[in-house]
Amino acid sequence: MKLNKTLLALAISVLFLTACSDDEADQALTDGSQMGASGINDASTGGLNNGAGLGGSQFGSGAGGAGGYGNSRLGPEFSDPNNPLSKSTIYFMLDSSQIQPDFEPVIAAHARYLANHPNQRLALEGHADERGSREYNIALGENRSKSVANLMRAQGVSDGQLDLVSYGEEKPAAFGSDESAWELNRRVELVYK
Amino acid sequence: MKRIKKIVIIGLLGLFAPLLRAEMDIEITEGIESALPIAVVPFAQQGPAPVSISSVVSNDLGHSGYFKPMSEQYMPGRPTTPEAIQFEQWKSVGQNYIVIGQAIPAGNQYNVQFQLFDVNNGSQLLGYRMTSSAQDLRRTAHHISDLIFEKLIGKKGVFSGRIAYITSSGQGASATHRLQVADADGFNPQTIATSSEPLMSPSWSPDGRKMAYVSFERKTAAIYVQTLATGQRVKVAEFPGINGAPSWSPDGSKLALTLSKDGSPDIYVLNLINNSLTKITNSTAIDTEPTWSPDGSTIVFTSDRGGKPQLYRVSSQGGSEKRITFSGSYNARASFSPDGKNIAMVHGNGNDYRIAVLDVASGTINVLTSGPTDESPSFAPNGDLILYASQRGSGGYLAAVSLDGKMQQKLVFDSNAVREPAWSP
Repeated sequence: MKLNKTLLALAISVLFLTACSDDEADQALTDGSQMGASGINDASTGGLNNGAGLGGSQFGSGAGGAGGYGNSRLGPEFSDPNNPLSKSTIYFMLDSSQIQPDFEPVIAAHARYLANHPNQRLALEGHADERGSREYNIALGENRSKSVANLMRAQGVSDGQLDLVSYGEEKPAAFGSDESAWELNRRVELVYK
Repeated sequence: MKRIKKIVIIGLLGLFAPLLRAEMDIEITEGIESALPIAVVPFAQQGPAPVSISSVVSNDLGHSGYFKPMSEQYMPGRPTTPEAIQFEQWKSVGQNYIVIGQAIPAGNQYNVQFQLFDVNNGSQLLGYRMTSSAQDLRRTAHHISDLIFEKLIGKKGVFSGRIAYITSSGQGASATHRLQVADADGFNPQTIATSSEPLMSPSWSPDGRKMAYVSFERKTAAIYVQTLATGQRVKVAEFPGINGAPSWSPDGSKLALTLSKDGSPDIYVLNLINNSLTKITNSTAIDTEPTWSPDGSTIVFTSDRGGKPQLYRVSSQGGSEKRITFSGSYNARASFSPDGKNIAMVHGNGNDYRIAVLDVASGTINVLTSGPTDESPSFAPNGDLILYASQRGSGGYLAAVSLDGKMQQKLVFDSNAVREPAWSP
């Protein structure tokens, strides 16, 4: 099955706007405990499809208006939704630090930018979802930021340009205890300094 | 003549201004069936007393789950001396034990005394006299609770202990993370550290005077050691990559920690006296969450070298590593019981994470909690209670479970996101 992670990435800023009230977090929590039994794969698929649908309908009206382009101060290409540089978050599957093919063009675009701007530094902030123990999740988040770093180094980025840090589950992007929150939290954020 | 022992409560926390406010309430979610009826009669206190000792003792004993303290309004009398107790009267209202006492000001101190009687035969089981500053009256009351608990239950009380924990409020750029220390009943919360970036993994020094923790305040992980009484702190590790999971050696001279400066996360021991760093594990997998056995001879840690996180044991000098958990797909974040016989841990299967205890000798795993998001177990110094956190999206609460699983408490805080409890030694 081919899941469209690129559209999901575009949808994130939209989801952020709606995912944060306490009531909705409580709701998500209840859903999450009920969904647990039905298996991770099912929940994951459902979440991604919803995300893609949301992203599709919001795409034209400018998801970037919500402040989704963390690196837009660097230049117009970072807030052009047609440019892969506008994407600053790489998402991962459960318990995995493997780069998914959909995100390779995004990482390649940032690597190219860094190779062309050797004085520019980039922080790779790794994150994990909330499940399991906290320090172990720090290690999972670091593995994810290392995966992104390795791919960038292979494309000409120098070590000195990259700062790796893992926040584990300590800085969630989405609250809630269900797969739709978890999949938004398994990520590496690319933050230019 | 009644037997009265004398002890002195030393004012350890003179630098902390007392806040007469609990940040936390304790709910018994599952109690002991045979909770003991006990009446803690209001103490004779002259003048305006800053603390009602009997209320503190009554609450402590009730919160433990082992006692059913009598509500003051139903008490048939208010004796404050042994001669005034009419034991038949207390027997007729169903009480097994009665506590009476006095707190009399003397200069800038209080002379506090209490006596515990068996209602059925009128015999005195305990009698103590102690002095306390006004500021330490609450602490003195917790000591009284400890003495009563140990006498009647046969295990050490943990009411005079303290707990450290992390709270968070706000989100994103406006988030505030705090490392706090409070009395075991939630009173006197003190903020040890505050940061807009995450704080993690508080670990008490064995003498209870210092705390090691992880701070991301410089947008990179670093481990600090802070002296509680003075607030003075020292950065002990800020290597590239992970600086995490500090754990104090039982003799207080070393910290075990996780560093990834050479690649994958490995366990190291940092000598706090000469700052030498010894690499203990050297795998290409994740090795983290070290914890010392109480005799200091071994370190237990989490590793995914076998594919999934499991607990492993290694000599604290380094050497061969041996897997010690075999049941369940996820066993992590070990915490030793004070006698070294049990290890509390996070035991996960699929999306369900519970607190379980590993019997070190037999390898048997006993699951104590109902999940699904339980983490960060920490043994109380009496080895009978395990404090842990239960996470719920942006929130979380602390809870405690007895080693046999029969008693469960929920600790309800004012703050809605509380995590990573650590019981003081």
